[in-house]
Amino acid sequence: MSELATREVDRSQMKVSDEVAIQITKMNKWYGTFHVLRDIDLTVYRGERIVIAGPSGSGKSTMIRCINRLEEHQAGSIVVDGIELSSDLKNIDKIRSEVGMCFQHFNLFPHLTILENCTLAPIWVRKIPKKQAEETAMHFLEKVKIPEQANKYPGQLSGGQQQRVAIARSLCMKPRIMLFDEPTSALDPEMIKEVLDTMVELAEEGMTMLCVTHEMGFARQVANRVIFMDAGQIVEQNEPEEFFNNPQHERTKLFLSQILGH
Amino acid sequence: MSDTHAQTVAYVRDTMLDQQDPPLNQVGAVKWIRENLFSGWLNILLTLLSLWVVYAALSHLLPWALRGIWDASNLSECRALAAERYGADASVACWAVLAERWPQLIFGFFPKELYWRPILAFLLFLAAVAPVLFSSVPRKMLWVTALAPFALFWLIWGGSIWGPIAAILGFVIGWAIMTYAAPKIGALLAVILAIIVPVLYWLFVCGPLAGALASVVPLSLQTVATQKMGGFLLATIIGVSGIVLSLPLGILLALGRQSDMFIINKFSVAFIEIIRGVPLIVWLFTASLLLNYFLPPGTNFDLMLRVIIMVTLFSAAYIAEVVRGGLAALPKGQYEAADALGLDYWKSMRLIILPQALKISIPGIVNTFIGLFKDTTLVVFIGLLDPIGLSSSIRASTDWNGVYWELFVFIGLCFFIFCFSMGRYSLFLEKKLRREHR
Repeated sequence: MSELATREVDRSQMKVSDEVAIQITKMNKWYGTFHVLRDIDLTVYRGERIVIAGPSGSGKSTMIRCINRLEEHQAGSIVVDGIELSSDLKNIDKIRSEVGMCFQHFNLFPHLTILENCTLAPIWVRKIPKKQAEETAMHFLEKVKIPEQANKYPGQLSGGQQQRVAIARSLCMKPRIMLFDEPTSALDPEMIKEVLDTMVELAEEGMTMLCVTHEMGFARQVANRVIFMDAGQIVEQNEPEEFFNNPQHERTKLFLSQILGH
Repeated sequence: MSDTHAQTVAYVRDTMLDQQDPPLNQVGAVKWIRENLFSGWLNILLTLLSLWVVYAALSHLLPWALRGIWDASNLSECRALAAERYGADASVACWAVLAERWPQLIFGFFPKELYWRPILAFLLFLAAVAPVLFSSVPRKMLWVTALAPFALFWLIWGGSIWGPIAAILGFVIGWAIMTYAAPKIGALLAVILAIIVPVLYWLFVCGPLAGALASVVPLSLQTVATQKMGGFLLATIIGVSGIVLSLPLGILLALGRQSDMFIINKFSVAFIEIIRGVPLIVWLFTASLLLNYFLPPGTNFDLMLRVIIMVTLFSAAYIAEVVRGGLAALPKGQYEAADALGLDYWKSMRLIILPQALKISIPGIVNTFIGLFKDTTLVVFIGLLDPIGLSSSIRASTDWNGVYWELFVFIGLCFFIFCFSMGRYSLFLEKKLRREHR
């Protein structure tokens, strides 16, 4: 449990609209015969900041990885930005270029500089001229506060810096939705804060975010909805205040008592 | 107890020490010799023993090589000169065979007055690989690289210049379809057309077109038949063609073996395992004998071309496995990050996965190339005159009947220079990439 920015989170831009960003209906997934995700129903509206929590193995990472097809679901439907995910490669690439993703282990490309990491997809997927892509990249690198590292290689940066680059790299594609898969789990405690600060700023600008994380402080301050998953199902979801102060399901109570207990 | 102790423990330094040189026997050559050669009685013994072995070997080898005879026209003259100069039972090398026959070892039976062509071709080849091997060479030189294969073919085999030019035109057609037609008819159709149209062109239009152009502007070099080529010219043509062609093929096979697509996957696995599981010499015999049964009667398919194809397929199977090792060494996250950014399969392979996988595979790839280059000597068994084959044919003449060591030393040295440079280049590249990525 790490402390967040001591400053007040600015909620003026955080507006949830009526427009549906992601619609998941009766989604099921199996690994072989193991039923990982069971009847997931979830509607995400534009501008929402959703934190997904749960014990390990509960399927929370798998669920958000289904949204950009890093994992394939076997039943039900996922509609992202009005495009239904099917095995049509064109749709998949289209959705992937609209949905940014940050990973637990950053997954920066070690053979490219920070700047090249950020410009690669805009140049090759969006076909943006190199110069313009570099300007955009520098803009976002400044936003995550590491423009001076632009010409270094990922291996020369600390974990927190790498994760901020990974966020900047996603932002360079101007995504409408951001997915975070345990972005701070592989970081030293003092680096968690710098990454969370970046995520808070992103939320303040109104980005639609789905975030698998154990940072309950972040959930309290930024999320408008917390989802608790266990055994491949959504067990409980609520506004953060209610979720933390008045959990309903037995499993949620147990989980919260365990992670908030010390 | 503790009271008395406190007095001995308390300490304040009053003068600071200046830096001093380490003891003489702890630095430089003296230290190295002490540590590595004379660190104990066993090592002293081994050192002395090794010195004696080195002496024994060199005391025979050096006089043999350095006192060698260079000015003789046949072996018996050589032996007579040796006896005259160094006594009857002196054992000295007869380098005269090299002085007289080196052009043959290098060019085979290529016409003497045309030696300038392979030499020019070799220089052109060096210019063509320079921009590929060294990133400091200007990128514009890549045009030389692109056109070099055609020019090299023309220089070595000769014939009308219009043949290679008409062949280049096929690539231009393919390129034009990809660039100008793709936006109108869609990428997939454009790719299919860009393959089919040039192939049809090469099959039906290319030959007559070249013939027509040649009859208008006859511009040609004297034709040299493949049978006339031998020695290192032959070894280099086969080796270099094999190396250049097998790398892309090997990479494709490695990707195929990783593919989720059933047929592509199984085809790649079967290809790799079958090619790898049979000795190269068997494939060479297949190339020289069996293919004649399968090809339609009357097709005259150059033996060297057949050998190049077999050598390429053979080393591609090895390259594929080496590259697969590199691909497997990459964390899954790299694939996922590339996917998550919306890169399609070929882009993510080209921009993200292969640059990293190939970097890991450099030692293995170069290893395979060195093996391939040395394996070109196997073509002697199917009647091509590689350097080893030529050494036999040199011995077959009455002048040089009985010369073994001198020829083999020369051939070995030449191969060593080629292979050692490849090994050094591999180290250079590894160091350079490591420096760039950290």
